[in-house]
Amino acid sequence: MCKDCGCEEGNANHAHHGHHQHKHDHSAHRLELGQKVLAENDRLAEQNRIWLHERGIVTLNLISAPGTGKTLLLEETLKILEGKVSCAVITGDQQTDNDAKRLQGKGAKVAQIETVNSCHLDAHRIAHALPEVIDEDTQLLFIENVGNLICPVAFDLGEDFKVALLSTTEGEDKPLKYPSLFSVAQVTVLTKTDLIPYLQWDLDLFREYIQRVHPGVYTFELSALTGIGMESWLDYLQKLVPSKTVK
Amino acid sequence: MHELSLASTMVEQIEELMRSHGIKQLDKVTVTIGALSGVDCEAFEFAFPIAVEKTLLEGAVLSIVFQSVEVTCRDCATRSSPDPLYLRCQTCGSNAVDVVSGRDLMIQSLEYTDSTDITLCETESGLT
Repeated sequence: MCKDCGCEEGNANHAHHGHHQHKHDHSAHRLELGQKVLAENDRLAEQNRIWLHERGIVTLNLISAPGTGKTLLLEETLKILEGKVSCAVITGDQQTDNDAKRLQGKGAKVAQIETVNSCHLDAHRIAHALPEVIDEDTQLLFIENVGNLICPVAFDLGEDFKVALLSTTEGEDKPLKYPSLFSVAQVTVLTKTDLIPYLQWDLDLFREYIQRVHPGVYTFELSALTGIGMESWLDYLQKLVPSKTVK
Repeated sequence: MHELSLASTMVEQIEELMRSHGIKQLDKVTVTIGALSGVDCEAFEFAFPIAVEKTLLEGAVLSIVFQSVEVTCRDCATRSSPDPLYLRCQTCGSNAVDVVSGRDLMIQSLEYTDSTDITLCETESGLT
């Protein structure tokens, strides 16, 4: 028996007159949602973004395969920007604080996140790390994501944009193999260009492929080891940050 | 691994929705997966039964709706659906395109059979 009106059970789709209606049929229902699975992460990421923007900080989320040379590029970048741009770094790895150790002593505050069993950083972890590395002078925040070309792409961290990196030892067709990253990253950095003479690396082919999956993407080709190409990358970074007085 | 953690996140979210809507048992979950979402449909299908074990979703069927890539063209303003590996406007061939669809991972709908009353209107005043 219906507890609202006392009518017989099994009276499908019955409706009471007036404003109040209630269904107690036993047929199928469908609840339309269109709700993002990562809605909670996106919400936290937006909070991070607002928090960072309030402080006038530009944030880059660096994503690449393990061994592309994210840490070396950051080491060299921090060294050269020291005294010019106030930087901070949050670095993620499954385990160890080796990267944080490498990045210490170059003028930037560094926080290491060990993700243990997770293949990516998420907005929640970043929210906890932010107060550790950000002070009132900070202008530029680098988030060095876990070495992985797929999972980190889905997780917004609150960055201004993603930077995809790939090295010359990885094959020119990487942008085609991992389009979800390369099509979304506003900037692509090709690393280890000093190795090109020793590899069967076709630079034109790489340029063609990257423009296919992301027409008009901003691309840097450099070697952090020899310094070739670093100038335009550093120039770019300095132009990104709004002027703030570095103390 | 990635798909399993996404499936588990989704299951938690759906359990919450079920509680708030008074749904006791779920028959079917429809999920939209975009071509550029970074989520592999097969891996997601594989992860789903593991993620629903001992949850309110146990026994529910997963249905995946694949979302292809759609772009709008900055030159001719049309909308088209190119190959995700060759992002060009399908009308004029321009490469000045913006991806407008194809990156989603979304819970589209929940289907359930339930004998619980679902109140469609909060006001008791109209009850006759």
